[in-house]
Amino acid sequence: MSDRWVFWPRAASFVALLAVWQIGSLAVTSRNLPPPLDVLDVLWQRTLDGTIPYHIAVTLARVAVSFTIAMLIGTAIGIAMGRSRKLDRFFDSWLILFLNVPAVVSTILCYVWFGLVEPAAIAAVAVNKIPNVIVTLREGARALNPEFAEMAQVYRLGRAKTLRHVILPELYPFILAAARSGLALVWKIVLVVELLGRSNGVGFQIYSAFQNFAVDEILAYTIAFVAVIQVIEFAILRPLERRAAQWRR
Amino acid sequence: MAAVTQLEIDVRSKRYPAVGQAPPVVALNELHFTASVGEFVCIVGPSGCGKTTLLNIIAGLDTDFTGNIVLPATAGRGRPVIGYVFQKPRLLPWRTVEENIRLVLSPAQNRTASVDELLAVMGLIEARHTYPERLSVGMARRVALVRAFAVEPDLLLMDEPFVSLDEETADRLRTLLLDIWSRRPTTVLFVTHDTREAAQLADRVILLTASPGSLRSIVGIDTPRPDRTNGAVVDAIRARIVQPANATTAELTRPR
Repeated sequence: MSDRWVFWPRAASFVALLAVWQIGSLAVTSRNLPPPLDVLDVLWQRTLDGTIPYHIAVTLARVAVSFTIAMLIGTAIGIAMGRSRKLDRFFDSWLILFLNVPAVVSTILCYVWFGLVEPAAIAAVAVNKIPNVIVTLREGARALNPEFAEMAQVYRLGRAKTLRHVILPELYPFILAAARSGLALVWKIVLVVELLGRSNGVGFQIYSAFQNFAVDEILAYTIAFVAVIQVIEFAILRPLERRAAQWRR
Repeated sequence: MAAVTQLEIDVRSKRYPAVGQAPPVVALNELHFTASVGEFVCIVGPSGCGKTTLLNIIAGLDTDFTGNIVLPATAGRGRPVIGYVFQKPRLLPWRTVEENIRLVLSPAQNRTASVDELLAVMGLIEARHTYPERLSVGMARRVALVRAFAVEPDLLLMDEPFVSLDEETADRLRTLLLDIWSRRPTTVLFVTHDTREAAQLADRVILLTASPGSLRSIVGIDTPRPDRTNGAVVDAIRARIVQPANATTAELTRPR
């Protein structure tokens, strides 16, 4: 399908959404649902005076750190559980428990145990994401082709070479899947964590706006942040995905 | 330790344990033979007689058996080097032809130009930067052959590498195999169920019985390989391989 046929329906649906919003705000005529242009104005002002860029940068830094930690730990545990039945049987119930702990609970516990400090915030986000990474990578490790492992063994590739050139490339699609769903999950949890115990970042700003019933500000931050996340998705994750698939027919 | 000069196979027994309702299976039983350095040995037997199991035991992939394997080794190279051409080529799809080959080489081997030479002999120069999924079946098998020869193996194991190819392609690959083997002589264990293939390739044919696989007979072939392009010659060799007399002698000498 040509780009034209992808672009125009999308553009139309976007315009339709704005129209619904505009009509809704005209019908309600309340501060609780400001029209799109008002929100855009707030977005513009807060961008110019630097507050939106600053808080988005702070939040993104938290996203980056906790995302990286969660991916590294989750990948390692996921591969181990996928390869070893004993480990898998032993830790499976833990995994189910952690998968079902609500983000709010782990966040509050982290703040209570470690104090209202940055590492506690990072840990709270990572703890929420790690189980999802484990589940995805465990699936990937189970799907590893034993024929390649045998080839690596006969030709004496050694552990490091086998991991780097045989196992990780096989797991790459699973790592990417975990990364994509991970990004979507992590940035939402980071907002919760900021709202509950940090004094900067998008989550904190939205909380402040909530206390002032400044819906225009909430919407402005939301739009700005969603836009940034989409840019990350398109500028980083999609190209990585294409690179991973280049050998496919 | 003196340099080992030959391959010694001494498999007393290989069993697969019972799985669920299925009873345990004896895959190999009292299988003993040797192969001298540079010899091309074909192992022939009906499907399911444990030929692949035997190769996996020799390659060290399967260590759950009773018996002993002594591999041929080149003096001064440490552990013996094995090349294994599996039934499926087992090329990593995310690496190009050349990257697949270079992956298994030592840094020293990677510095020399021998990969280029092997690719040229196999007609793969044009395909060196191609990903395996874009190769034809025959080409993928040629890459697997190059990979196995490129490591300069002390022992080359081949598990029906030309099965499920059309006869013409298989014939061409057999010719290429003999060509490359004459340039890089090494001990070869070539597993097949096809006596014609064995008659074309082998210095010696080892026939296995049906499950459990054990020695049925050993047939030496002296006919020079250039003469074996003739169908009648190959048929005569085949007849010698499968003649019942062979089986009887082996039955008599087979340890029980």
